Amino acid sequence: MRRIYLDHSATTPVHPRVASVVNRYMLADYGNASSVHSFGEAARKALIRAREQVAGLIGAEDREEIIFTSGGTESDNLAIKGAAWYNRKKGKHIVTSAGEHHAVLHACKALKRHGFRITEVGVDSEGRVDPDEVADAIEDDTILVTIMMANNEVGTVQPVAEIAEIARRHEVLFHTDAVQAVGQLDVNVSELGVDMLSISGHKIYGPKGVGALYLRKGTRIRSQQHGGHHERNMRAGTENVAGIAGLGEACALAEEELKFRRSHMIRLRDRLLDGLQESIEGLHINGSRDERLPNNANVSIAGVEGEAMLLGLNAEGIAASSGSACTSETLEASHVLSAMGMKPELAHASVRLTFGRENTEEDVDYVLQVFPGIVSRLRSMSPLDY
Amino acid sequence: MEYTDKVMEHFMNPRNIGEMENPDGVGKVGNPSCGDIMELFIRVEDDRVTEASFRTFGCGAAIATSSIITEMVKGKTLQQALEITNMQVAEQLGGLPDTKLHCSNLAADALKEAIEDYRRKQDDPNAE
Ligand SMILES: Cc1ncc(COP(=O)(O)O)c(C=O)c1O
Repeated sequence: MRRIYLDHSATTPVHPRVASVVNRYMLADYGNASSVHSFGEAARKALIRAREQVAGLIGAEDREEIIFTSGGTESDNLAIKGAAWYNRKKGKHIVTSAGEHHAVLHACKALKRHGFRITEVGVDSEGRVDPDEVADAIEDDTILVTIMMANNEVGTVQPVAEIAEIARRHEVLFHTDAVQAVGQLDVNVSELGVDMLSISGHKIYGPKGVGALYLRKGTRIRSQQHGGHHERNMRAGTENVAGIAGLGEACALAEEELKFRRSHMIRLRDRLLDGLQESIEGLHINGSRDERLPNNANVSIAGVEGEAMLLGLNAEGIAASSGSACTSETLEASHVLSAMGMKPELAHASVRLTFGRENTEEDVDYVLQVFPGIVSRLRSMSPLDY
Repeated sequence: MEYTDKVMEHFMNPRNIGEMENPDGVGKVGNPSCGDIMELFIRVEDDRVTEASFRTFGCGAAIATSSIITEMVKGKTLQQALEITNMQVAEQLGGLPDTKLHCSNLAADALKEAIEDYRRKQDDPNAE
């Protein structure tokens, strides 16, 4: 059977060029970057090269502004908790949005237990944060604003440069989770004006369990993990040299391919969305049609529960995901769709298809061919109207 | 999703789908906010369930449990039908994932509702 992977926002396949770099630092140049000998030297060089590759992709001026971590979740935690604890004497208030990834929302929630106050600004029906609301939410003792660059569920791209400017005017640190944006959008830390930015390896054809935090020179945060002097005392622990080298290579690849990836995926996404809209009655496109990640298609199919749709698609070899309660461990519908004000029966009916560099127009046409049949089969047994 | 082959078989080929014409009893459980809505229709003759059908909005487990209960209940007396539990339905399917045992495993509840609906109508033939 044909198998089509359309869940690249969950994770991506490792690119062969990345895999061969990882392989090299596992099997041949396996030294500890802290060691004096030639094995250590090779590892140190790998870290420098990777730092330059990551810095290059996001337009960081100095490779020393890159801190390697274990992934997007740790980068978000380090940025938010690190900034909070370092600045706690200045203030204990943080501004974020209701549509953030749990890595951000739950890190904020953890700080709440330590007396920090969190304001979650809302999102509109397309998932957009209003910069004016962020400005209004900033108080005298606000120390950090954290708003994601692009949403992982509905793909909505946030006006991050505008929000960063507001934060700067109020002399408040600004962090953005760019885990989904990197490799698809132009991400330039100077143009965006951000102080901190999170990256994850496995969303950009790199390995899982490795990521980076961009920390603008002069920005001070408190380390969240204590031990040796790694990563300029910001993140203790023997560096994951193979993973980091892979992340670096993935960033280099993203930089080379950015233009192609963007136009390629926009073409596939629009072909899919247009085709689905044409062939399926009662289909809602979730998120913004214009301010949208190139690879993201998210739709709700009235009357059809999301997990049932995923099983139907999976039976046809198509891998997708859903914001339905039935696909989450908490048994609640997606907090992003709820924050957008979506009715529960439509939130439970959401399906996310996210493209990657290896997908083709034939893939889209195959999806368009089987999708309506699955919908009508499930609707034939549904008590809900559409 | 770790569904058994039996669950997948019922999900892919559900039995007895659709609204029944002039049913003797209808049971509705669940609500849109939790993501599962189940409607079970029964026909009753001589105190036995002769026919059952369903309409379900819900995940794979919700659909499979709806489907299999329409088979389990056929030919049973009302008393026997009332004794069917959600756990037995899950067992007939070779088990359900833990998270599904408590959320999408409502078919026996829908059946009880349908039987109660039937009895209500018997007690008061004019009731809607
Ligand atoms: C927006 C966003 N932030 C953070 C993360 C977490 O990244 P990681 O899986 O590398 O911890 C993800 C991935 O699920 C994400 O989509």
